[in-house]
Amino acid sequence: MATLTLLGAINNALDQQLEKDKSVVVFGEDAGFEGGVFRVTAGLQKKYGKERVFDTPISEAGIVGSSIGMAANGLKPVAEIQFSGFMFPGFNQIAVHAARMRNRSRGKYNLPMVIRMPYGGGVRALEHHSEALETLFAHIPGLKLVIPSTPYDAKGLMTAAIKDPDPVIYFEPKKIYRAFKQEVPEEEYTVEIGKARTVQEGDDVTVVAWGAMLHETLKAVKSLEEEKDLSIELIDLRTIAPMDSDHVIESVKKTGRLVVVHEAVKTLGIGSELISRVNEGAFFHLEAQPTRVTSPDITVPLPKGEHHHIVDAKRIAQEIYKVATFE
Amino acid sequence: MLFEKYDPLKNKEMFGILDKDGKVVNKDYEPDIDNDTLVHMYKIMSLARTADIKALQYQRQGRMLTFAPVQGQEAAQVGPMAASKKDDWLVPAFREAAAMLYKGATLYQNYLYWYGNERGSRYDDGVNIMPVNVPIGSQINHAAGVAQASKILGKNHAVFTYIGDGGTSNGEFHEGVNWGGVYDLPMVTIIQNNQYAISTPRSQATKAETLAQKAHAYGIPGIQVDGNDVLAMYVASKEALKRAYDGKGPTLIEAVTYRLGPHTTSDDPSIYRSDEEVEEWKKKDPIDRFRKYLTNKKLWNKDKQEKMEKEQKKFVADTFKEVEKSEAPTLDEVFDHTYGELPYDLKRQKEAIREYYEQTESEGK
Repeated sequence: MATLTLLGAINNALDQQLEKDKSVVVFGEDAGFEGGVFRVTAGLQKKYGKERVFDTPISEAGIVGSSIGMAANGLKPVAEIQFSGFMFPGFNQIAVHAARMRNRSRGKYNLPMVIRMPYGGGVRALEHHSEALETLFAHIPGLKLVIPSTPYDAKGLMTAAIKDPDPVIYFEPKKIYRAFKQEVPEEEYTVEIGKARTVQEGDDVTVVAWGAMLHETLKAVKSLEEEKDLSIELIDLRTIAPMDSDHVIESVKKTGRLVVVHEAVKTLGIGSELISRVNEGAFFHLEAQPTRVTSPDITVPLPKGEHHHIVDAKRIAQEIYKVATFE
Repeated sequence: MLFEKYDPLKNKEMFGILDKDGKVVNKDYEPDIDNDTLVHMYKIMSLARTADIKALQYQRQGRMLTFAPVQGQEAAQVGPMAASKKDDWLVPAFREAAAMLYKGATLYQNYLYWYGNERGSRYDDGVNIMPVNVPIGSQINHAAGVAQASKILGKNHAVFTYIGDGGTSNGEFHEGVNWGGVYDLPMVTIIQNNQYAISTPRSQATKAETLAQKAHAYGIPGIQVDGNDVLAMYVASKEALKRAYDGKGPTLIEAVTYRLGPHTTSDDPSIYRSDEEVEEWKKKDPIDRFRKYLTNKKLWNKDKQEKMEKEQKKFVADTFKEVEKSEAPTLDEVFDHTYGELPYDLKRQKEAIREYYEQTESEGK
């Protein structure tokens, strides 16, 4: 076992797959020599050389588009977009090609590629460095989207993503890159894409979160357990697409209540889809209205105003309490 | 003439007027700028530098957020802005503090933006500056559009836009410059080649020998200019403006310069470049060179320098105090500018947050 941060666990997974699989290549803006602006890819170029771990021009369309070509011709690219807010020039390639190539070629060209991108707010960052844009990817058929919230899942999901035969978008919650450490197996393992994880069991209400927000939610859950004597079932969704709604539905059948927490804006956020599925799958078990705790539908403010946009433990606790005690 | 003489595919020499000691070595091109303007240019370059150094200190003290320092690139910004007419537009990228100051953004506004407050992007009426543009290269298309509006509406404005050496790798650079060429737009694109895209050296961003030569592919003139020579930047910009006003279309200027500081305050340049390299470039410091030129012309002296430094330091410190005293964006403010009129569902979201603040007696902090 090694004790790693979430960032260290991603580095570890990349290192291991570069070592084991000669078709894996890692690249992005500043991702080679410097090891990325967050140092996620630190040390990899030195170990595996400039041909397999390299810096790219500032060309997001180039990064994604060439990944597609590489994947079609035998490589397994793991590309970095420096911040998710800068992926838009590459979004064209993601949406119109990466997501559709398998279908268009009737299975001749599948694309085993991973696109990593740090995402999320609460880090007092510059413009376009704080958004949570998971909906944009989850809405496009043909893409998978995973978001780890722990070092263990970070490594297991990265390994699974690299081994996956289809394009996987891998969101990295940068706020918790170095927030805490966890024991992570040194050997290779995968965390299955498309499986949620029950963080803790409980009877009164089901709460679903992911990424950095999982930890904010956990704080809320702990405070409610201590102060209000509630029994809360907390689920880490882990994979946004495909969405493990069955896992959530089973939980809601037990608790009858659901709160979904996300830092993305409210309208058409992942909460909307999850609640729809729960309505379809557990409607007659519901004892309170399923509720979302999200950011409002506004542009993420610059740091001095960002507090108006952030979902914090206190607000999450208030909403969970309302739903759990609704009669 | 200038653009023909310094065609980057025919002439390997970069266009310059001053040597590194501020002496005129290209007499034919020395511009005739009135003394007050020369001194004003120098003062703005110095102010930008002082503000930058202070902001770096404030940032290290935890009083300022991440920002993109301008140090070393003052000439590449003040030269073109001094050449521009008052109503000409500036469409910046994100490292153009000196250009913005010259063009009429206040230091308070510049600071406030990087301090994390959108009010810093609301420039005064009549100041034609678009907000700081973080997504690489996207501003070039905006500049083309601003120029196109000027042309269609007969406004007689030209547009200056900036991009870095790294930004030229991005597709939007191509699209924007090409667009300008297609419609013969009054547009001057200045590439500040400061040698690095964060950690990636210019040599790895493109195989082209110069960035200026890319102009050829768009059928427009391009020129490589000593970007640390404010007079050369002024002259090249004047020529480009002349083309713009004569309806001859856009020009591409590569300003060869150096970022003396980090990419942003989050960056540690010692990882990817040597101290020796930085020291070499410090010998070509644009402010030192221009000061020597002004001194030779008897427009500047030690007393004036001391007086200015004292005044500017005080002004910068006072301005930052005002910034620190500024009110954080209110709940209304972060919602109300989303649309001209706030839709009913957003009003409801805003009121729910207000209610939460009242209940919890917090401002969400």
